[in-house]
Amino acid sequence: MSNKPKVTGRERSEFIWGWLFILPTMIGLIVLNIIPIFQTIYQSFFKTGDFGRGNIFVGGANYAKVFADTEVWQALFNTLKYAVVEVPISIIISLVLAVFLNGKIKGKSTFRTIFFLPMVAAPAAIAMVWKWLYNSEFGLLNHILPGKTNWVSNPKIAIYSIAIIGIWSIIGYNMVLFLAGLQEVPKDYYEAAAIDGATGVQQFFSITVPLVSPTIFFVLVTRIIAAMQVFDVIYMVIDNNNPALYKTQSLVCLFYKYSFQQSNKGYGATVVVVLLVVIMFFTVLQMIGQKKWVHYN
Amino acid sequence: MKNKNKAIIYVVLIVMSFIMLVPFAWMVLTAFKTVGESTQMDPFVILPSKFRLENFDEVMHNVNFGRLYFNTVMMIVLRVLCAVLTSTIAGYAFARLNFKGKNFMFGLVLFQMMIPSQIFIIPQYVMVSKFGWTNSMLGLLFPGLVSAFGTFLLRQAYMGLPKELEEAARLDGCNIGQTFLFVMAPLAKSSMVALGIFTAVFAYKDLMWPMIVCPDTNQTTLASALSKMQGQFSSNYPELMAAALIACLPMIVIYVIFQKQFIEGIATSGGKL
Repeated sequence: MSNKPKVTGRERSEFIWGWLFILPTMIGLIVLNIIPIFQTIYQSFFKTGDFGRGNIFVGGANYAKVFADTEVWQALFNTLKYAVVEVPISIIISLVLAVFLNGKIKGKSTFRTIFFLPMVAAPAAIAMVWKWLYNSEFGLLNHILPGKTNWVSNPKIAIYSIAIIGIWSIIGYNMVLFLAGLQEVPKDYYEAAAIDGATGVQQFFSITVPLVSPTIFFVLVTRIIAAMQVFDVIYMVIDNNNPALYKTQSLVCLFYKYSFQQSNKGYGATVVVVLLVVIMFFTVLQMIGQKKWVHYN
Repeated sequence: MKNKNKAIIYVVLIVMSFIMLVPFAWMVLTAFKTVGESTQMDPFVILPSKFRLENFDEVMHNVNFGRLYFNTVMMIVLRVLCAVLTSTIAGYAFARLNFKGKNFMFGLVLFQMMIPSQIFIIPQYVMVSKFGWTNSMLGLLFPGLVSAFGTFLLRQAYMGLPKELEEAARLDGCNIGQTFLFVMAPLAKSSMVALGIFTAVFAYKDLMWPMIVCPDTNQTTLASALSKMQGQFSSNYPELMAAALIACLPMIVIYVIFQKQFIEGIATSGGKL
């Protein structure tokens, strides 16, 4: 059917249009993202000179410093603590809410709208309100709850108070993803289980959880990556003179402090490379672990 | 038994709604209080004695919210336009055209999506300073000129469309550009809207980048200005809450009106990450 010159004509035309179409995106990505990855890694081998300019090559000195720096280790520990609390609790709450909303419920879209609300508020504003709710003297929480808790200035509990804000902010988003996942679960599975006399809780664990496990896995991976990058809330809630600062600042907070407040970009770059390695480590770990519990199809 | 379960479900949903709404309600109530009312403990004041507007007057007098709104909206509009435009065409090429180098280039797109964004910030900031774009709209827009995620999302959208449409267009004598523009792009509209909403919400919420490139209070965005106000009004919470409310309210109103598009846009985009 097709004679040869016509095919090559089509091929050439796809080549030209294809490159024309991807060119703006590729130039942007290479300039804005791909080159900067290497620049950041390169920067991590330099010490930024005291008066702006003048990068001094220091080899692995920044990395040696990072490994000996208790502030960085503490920040890594704070970040992990935040993730370990925020991610599982928010996933459990949002999965339960999604299952509830997936049934025949009056006011379904109103509930959904309310749960999702924090997603469209500026984190800076959310953090300010929560800081006020947590206020040890005049805050609403200490008024309602017994005792006088220093929610965000007690170094022992401040990171958990921050995690509560994180959970509150994200459950609506996770819930919507789970609701989409639940649409895929065939209704007759539940009917069959109900005939067999399975209770709602049994159905949840024997039908819902395995069948939405791909969604749970997806949310888990993306949420852990996001939680490892926590910054906004900690930056807004924990002032520089807060006694809990040392026990709450995350790796990204340190990156911001070193790179842009103390303009030591070399050390800031080192911290962010460490963050990249940590995130990749946990992502790979989950990819390996998923075979044990995620059921596709 | 069944009714009891239903009752438990409603109780949980209502309690959760309450927990989600209390911080917003407290923001609104505090914004109308005097400092005295907000710090009075015995008796604890929940409702302000009257709904005063003084706190709003005071913060609007001190902070140029008009300017901040302009900056934020401009940044959002430009970022949405850039992301949707570049992703729509690139996504089409990656989904439907065959050309040399395609797989490698798409590999770069996927690679970018896996890297935490903080890695890019120092070099991006250095570029912006070199170009003299600090404290400017170009500086705010800069990292949002293109979108790897958007390219991926739009590619998925085109891949779900039937091939017959393109073949019909080709038989009618359309070249690739025409086929894309008149046949395929219109069919990917819902994904473009989803990407637009997704981009807008995350541009609005972004804090670190505007703080770094636009430290000038008049050139920055609402989110980054709020972080500065916290120092400025230190512990005057009624004024801080008034400022937070001014910054949040328009987005919340738009969200409540278009909640279906918002939730679906963010969920379909987020779910494909």
